[in-house]
Amino acid sequence: MHPNRVILKAENISKQYRLGTVGTGTLSHDLNRFWHTIRGKEDPYLKVGEVNDRSSKGTSQYVWALQDINFEINAGEVVGIIGKNGAGKSTLLKILSKVTAPTTGVIKTKGRIASLLEVGTGFNPELTGRENIYLNGAILGMTKKEITSKLDEIIAFSGCERYIDTPTKRYSSGMTVRLAFAVAAFLEPEILVVDEVLAVGDAEFQKKAIGKMQDISKSEGRTVLFVSHNMAAVKSLCTRGIVLENGRLKFDGTVNEALDVYSDINKSTEFKVVFDDETSRSGSKNIQFQSIEIFNQHQKNTQEFSIGDDLIIKLQIKNNSTEKRSEMGIQIFTTEEMPVFHMMPRDSNFEIHHENEIEEFQIQLKDIRLFPGLYYITLTSASTTGHQVFDCIQNALTFEIIDGGAYTSRNLPRAAGLFFMNPEWKKI
Amino acid sequence: MNTDKIPEDDWLYEIKPKDNFFSLHLQEIWNYRDLLFLFVRRDVVTVYKQTILGPLWYLIQPLFTAVTFTIIFNSVAGIETGVTPPFLYNLAGIIVWNYFTTCLNETSDTFKKNAGIFGKVYFPRLIMPLSIVVSNLLKLSIQLLIFIGFYVYYSLAGVALSCSPFVFLFPVLVIIMGVLGLGLGMIISSLVTKYRDLSFLIGFGVQLLMYVSAVMYPIALLQEKLPDYAWLVRYNPLAYIIETSRYLLLAEGEVSMFGVLYTLGITILLFFIGLLIFNKTEKNFIDTV
Repeated sequence: MHPNRVILKAENISKQYRLGTVGTGTLSHDLNRFWHTIRGKEDPYLKVGEVNDRSSKGTSQYVWALQDINFEINAGEVVGIIGKNGAGKSTLLKILSKVTAPTTGVIKTKGRIASLLEVGTGFNPELTGRENIYLNGAILGMTKKEITSKLDEIIAFSGCERYIDTPTKRYSSGMTVRLAFAVAAFLEPEILVVDEVLAVGDAEFQKKAIGKMQDISKSEGRTVLFVSHNMAAVKSLCTRGIVLENGRLKFDGTVNEALDVYSDINKSTEFKVVFDDETSRSGSKNIQFQSIEIFNQHQKNTQEFSIGDDLIIKLQIKNNSTEKRSEMGIQIFTTEEMPVFHMMPRDSNFEIHHENEIEEFQIQLKDIRLFPGLYYITLTSASTTGHQVFDCIQNALTFEIIDGGAYTSRNLPRAAGLFFMNPEWKKI
Repeated sequence: MNTDKIPEDDWLYEIKPKDNFFSLHLQEIWNYRDLLFLFVRRDVVTVYKQTILGPLWYLIQPLFTAVTFTIIFNSVAGIETGVTPPFLYNLAGIIVWNYFTTCLNETSDTFKKNAGIFGKVYFPRLIMPLSIVVSNLLKLSIQLLIFIGFYVYYSLAGVALSCSPFVFLFPVLVIIMGVLGLGLGMIISSLVTKYRDLSFLIGFGVQLLMYVSAVMYPIALLQEKLPDYAWLVRYNPLAYIIETSRYLLLAEGEVSMFGVLYTLGITILLFFIGLLIFNKTEKNFIDTV
């Protein structure tokens, strides 16, 4: 096989979505569009140029989920597509897997594309595992003969031999996923599109699934497009990375560079963030975060900390209701979106009582022991029972642990660990 | 793999915003024929799982409807059905009519009902409605068996029943009916993705349609009693299908050559319009459904 043979080529791919609900306005837009078309004019609703930024309000009722995406993929490459939520990853995959057509542009391919968008699609709970293998395989484009020839392998890979003649409605969700992944893994398309499948299943199965994906690309020489939030999986699987931001192609290159670009997108240089209506947040708004601010033990505003420093978080919250009490959760994530720890006032025997409309709280985390790298803070305010979420802001603020400081006398790469520990050593 | 001989610009296929309006991708549908078969199997196997009477439900519904019609239209309203017992006459009409309506009702829901799976994976969307039309054939044949059962029963009981010498043409009529249901269903399902209003219309529209489709009366009777409104039935291709199938099965009523050709023409026309609209819709419906 020629090493640099282009197997897939995307030219000027753009995709437009209509915002809001499809209602009575639809018909008038359709008629207007039709009227423009028959007079040979341009579609009045296809305005190019507005950037898709979900947190800011645009003027147009239409939005570009993807704009002018161009790339070429060679046979045998494993390409990771990364980006924040809403950057356009899923839309791109939908276009690649022919679920929806692009608004402009063209994708040319020399191989069959099969997608593994969400495993278990098309499983019928009333049918047995065996029957579902056939049905699911056929939906994914295999012929009956192909499936029969691989049936034993599929069943063995799924690890569901005992239940294969039982209706899948009696399966646990994990078993369903295993079976579905097994079917898809034994597809033989030249290009395989995978979206977040590895997020499900137990650790053993995830390992098996990643191994299978590596086999597909390395030994069988097939092309894989992989979309995931799991940066560790992207790093271990992919040879190349494409970073999307606000519907545009931000970076295309090696996977390590792409991951750096991606963490730069998320990196803010602020040590204080004020939240307003534009902030992307969820919850019932009974209580809302107004701002977050971080300091070190010298009361100095910074977003860079060394191991052994104190991390002091100052929060301003506003009570929009008559709630007398509330609970709060502060969660710290790595850039790979792995939760590191979660803190609640009750863990420290503290209760939040609301007396004034606007109140401030300070959380002092003494002696932080995280390895160097970027970390996100996610804030949640909820009722004391936990049944109602008042406010939740993801990635409210980013802080960085930098090399150096009182304790560290060696290089601490993230691959080595996450927590820095210096226990007492002695010879006995 | 021997693909390096393919020149640089020789692409297997392209994903584009718009296709040639008349490309129907029939080759692709043929490639997915196994999927069609599996969908039919799924429909047949799963529909009456966890019911006590199982496939008997296929029979209960037309039998009860035929009894009701016989009481209302024949005993109360006094519609004459010739030598054929009214029950058998109604049963024939209902079975044939049922096939058409189930095809239409189920295909017209294609995009809405399958939005989940269509949103995840691509296969020729036409496979879905096709599988509905094919799996309903099985239901029709089970119902025809019960019709044959009653036919034999009435013959043994001494009723002078006869069927037309052209009864072997009945499958052709069934195909026309299936294609007509499919064509109309495709048009409606495509429009429903944007305008949900149509799904309400179809609900009672089909019910009203039955009354102008000569299901429980011969066309000739309407012409005689309501000559002013007879055109409603005369321009309804379904009325001809029902009347013709009754002629084939029971030698009742009349067959007009015009009627059959007219029906055939309308069917082919609707089928192709349906196919074109359906193909156009399948590319983007997931954004609007």
